[in-house]
Amino acid sequence: MKRLTLIILAACALIMLLAASDLPDWADPASPASSHLSPGFVEQAYEATHTPNVVTAVLADYRGYDTMFETVVVFLAALIIMIILRRTPHRRFCKILPHRPQRQGRDTVLKGAAQLIIPVMQVFALYVLGHGHYSPGGGFQGGVIFGASFILLALCYNLEFTINRFRERIVLLCCAGGALLYAGVGALCLAMGWNFLGYAALAGILGVSEAMARSHGILLVEVGVGITVMAVMVSIYYDLASGGDMREGL
Amino acid sequence: MDELFPFIIAKYNYWASLILLFIGLYGMIAKNNLMKKIIGMVIFQTAILLFYVSIGVKRGGTIPILEFGADHQPLLDATAYANPLPHVLMLTAIVVGVGTLGVALTILQKIQRVHGTIEEDEVLEDLRQ
Amino acid sequence: MIEQAPALIVIIPLLAALLLIPATPLGPRFAYGLLVTALAATLAAALATLNLVMVANEAVHYRMGDWLPPHGIELVIDHLSGVVLVLVSGCALLTAIYSRQSAEQDNPDRLNQYYALFALLVTGLLGMTATGDVFNLYVLLEISALSSYGLLARGRGPAYYATFKYLVVGTIGACFYLLGVGYIYIMTGSLNMADLAEILSRPELQESMSVKIGFTLIIIGVWIKMALFPLHAWMPNAYSKAGTTTACLVAPLMTKVSIYIMIRLMFSVFSVDYVFGVIPWHHLVSWLAVAAIVVGSLTALAQQDLRKMLAYIIVAEVGYMVGGAWLANEAGLTGAIYHILSDALMTLCLFMAVGAIIYRTGKSSAAAMEGLFAKMPITAAVFVLGWFSIIGIPPTCGFFSKWYLISGGIEAGHWAYVAALLFSSLINAVIFFRLIEIAYFGNFATHDGHHAAPARNEAPFTMLLPMVVTAALLIMVGLYTSEIITALVGKAIPPGL
Repeated sequence: MKRLTLIILAACALIMLLAASDLPDWADPASPASSHLSPGFVEQAYEATHTPNVVTAVLADYRGYDTMFETVVVFLAALIIMIILRRTPHRRFCKILPHRPQRQGRDTVLKGAAQLIIPVMQVFALYVLGHGHYSPGGGFQGGVIFGASFILLALCYNLEFTINRFRERIVLLCCAGGALLYAGVGALCLAMGWNFLGYAALAGILGVSEAMARSHGILLVEVGVGITVMAVMVSIYYDLASGGDMREGL
Repeated sequence: MDELFPFIIAKYNYWASLILLFIGLYGMIAKNNLMKKIIGMVIFQTAILLFYVSIGVKRGGTIPILEFGADHQPLLDATAYANPLPHVLMLTAIVVGVGTLGVALTILQKIQRVHGTIEEDEVLEDLRQ
Repeated sequence: MIEQAPALIVIIPLLAALLLIPATPLGPRFAYGLLVTALAATLAAALATLNLVMVANEAVHYRMGDWLPPHGIELVIDHLSGVVLVLVSGCALLTAIYSRQSAEQDNPDRLNQYYALFALLVTGLLGMTATGDVFNLYVLLEISALSSYGLLARGRGPAYYATFKYLVVGTIGACFYLLGVGYIYIMTGSLNMADLAEILSRPELQESMSVKIGFTLIIIGVWIKMALFPLHAWMPNAYSKAGTTTACLVAPLMTKVSIYIMIRLMFSVFSVDYVFGVIPWHHLVSWLAVAAIVVGSLTALAQQDLRKMLAYIIVAEVGYMVGGAWLANEAGLTGAIYHILSDALMTLCLFMAVGAIIYRTGKSSAAAMEGLFAKMPITAAVFVLGWFSIIGIPPTCGFFSKWYLISGGIEAGHWAYVAALLFSSLINAVIFFRLIEIAYFGNFATHDGHHAAPARNEAPFTMLLPMVVTAALLIMVGLYTSEIITALVGKAIPPGL
């Protein structure tokens, strides 16, 4: 059976590899992918959105509708993991489960290192989020770094210590809240008489030009993305590391 | 042979990602351990990410963040920057991949808890009883 | 405001899903009310959009973020997607109304989160139907797939392994689709469906091997998602182990939307000439459909579990629609599109009836049917009507869609397909009589006739109402067949077929 699978897959691979002959060469500037849509993005994005990072402009504005659902996918992952794994604390359960010793996290070196690193990480995360218009970065990257700072806290101290500082209910609210901020900005544009996610509608409220309004709109939705991603990272870690009972992490 | 070699070199990105892709697919289909299936799934998805990102490369193009000249005006020469679109698409696909991986690991934890094993044949044995 | 209706179809269920999480402290009644209200508003938006399309008699375009199409993402709603949007939002609304008791029974502690998943699945399905961008389609495909994993895994015990299998196979399907889109993107440089159709019609791309591989990968990916034989193995287990509400939502809609996507990609991105002229393997597909119909029907005959039986019938029905779409004639495609409508309604009807039976008896085997006519007369009537439609008995819409499919098969001279359709009807009739026998005479067989009629124990009102509405729709759609075909389905047939 295994050998049969191997033979079939190898045959498929061979066919697809040989068919690669009519694909354009690697890094060919004249290939359709590089010559059809991409020049339009590079040439028009700055004028339309005042965002030098073209990837950010395309991600959060031209294809902002995709990115909204991308945020929803992250939120969805946290929601599913919680709904499948999370066990409601139940008295009966507590008796059945064997008592597991809590790790106190008394290691001074770890704690000291965490105290040093975590604030720097969080400031850096905010920088990455806010500077996404001008350099590589944005909501996803910033959110992941911010979420990682909480995971580091849970690793160096223990899970309970982190949960006491960042409650599960608030984490879940942040998950939904970030995505809601994104969709809400879109809906606000719709209410202002523009199409959904047409950030230019914000020009009237913010008192800036349309291109500048798009730039601010991008920042707003990136903040929403950042909140969701940060909270989802923390939520997934809480659930997966403790097996759903929120008692002890790794 | 003289023709094949330049052909592979010119299109090595497709070769690399397709071979990785089939390694992942083989892992997903043929492995008995469910965790290894998930690892296969990750290789499979990553191969597609590489496939897309390699499309975006342009000879002589730098990262698609506009550079400013001395007059504070951006250089809008499209040939000087890589194609931004595949990067955007793959950012989305990475996130989708992370979501799927998280859900897969969760269900695996549950399988382990219900059936006591993550070997596929043992799970099937357990289900039959 | 009316021109914003296409966007509202997707946004309303999304916002409802996101709002359900902070609304957890307000209790289950509020959650139920919010979900039902949001889906009713979605249905209204879908009807408004369909009306826009019918008045304009052409596709309605909606630019997301006010960007012009090839660079930005647009929603495109024509007659075909308009009908599917109304169908999906309507079925979702009926299931939401139906879910009141069973969802609370299945999820006593996490009802809001369950409903949020429900709304996100509906968002994904509606977004997939409305979008005019192949990559956006992938994102929404994954949203609906992920939320269905979450919903299906809410079942107990064996559901986890079934869901895991579904997850692995579903990921392969979605990744094949993504890889296929990658091939098409390399060759064309575009992602917008209308733009792609224009570029792909150029002669140099017609013969391109890479485009053919891209097309094949995309179609295989969609086939995995719709559970076409032999890629169906994940589906019956996943559907039959799920909770009642989940099964009612996922089983009728996921496969139908996948079939819609197949038709959309075949004829709106590629073209009739390309699919039936250039693709070398297009003859084989109708044989695959024949195999799906025969295997699905025979396996359904062997099942004892009611929902598993229905799941295998869906495998056969998928064969009907795929076969109809690949017959390469107008009657076949008309039948396939019309069957999306009727099959969604009849599967919904049957899954709801079976769900009500499970809710009252706690069993899902055929033995649960015992004494059904005395215990639950309305549910039994709905069940019979739904099954009439599956068999294809005249006043129901199942008859008319099968009629078009068979006439398409005759026109194409594909006798095996025609024979498979008739064979499947026969098998469905056999299963039906077997179940009716249990429902009517089951008591007498086990207890010598000296047995008082079992007490009436009908399903609760919130379950009965959507069931009766669905059953009535089966007949209504059947009676208005010719109007629906001329006004909607006929306009969705691509030129040149």
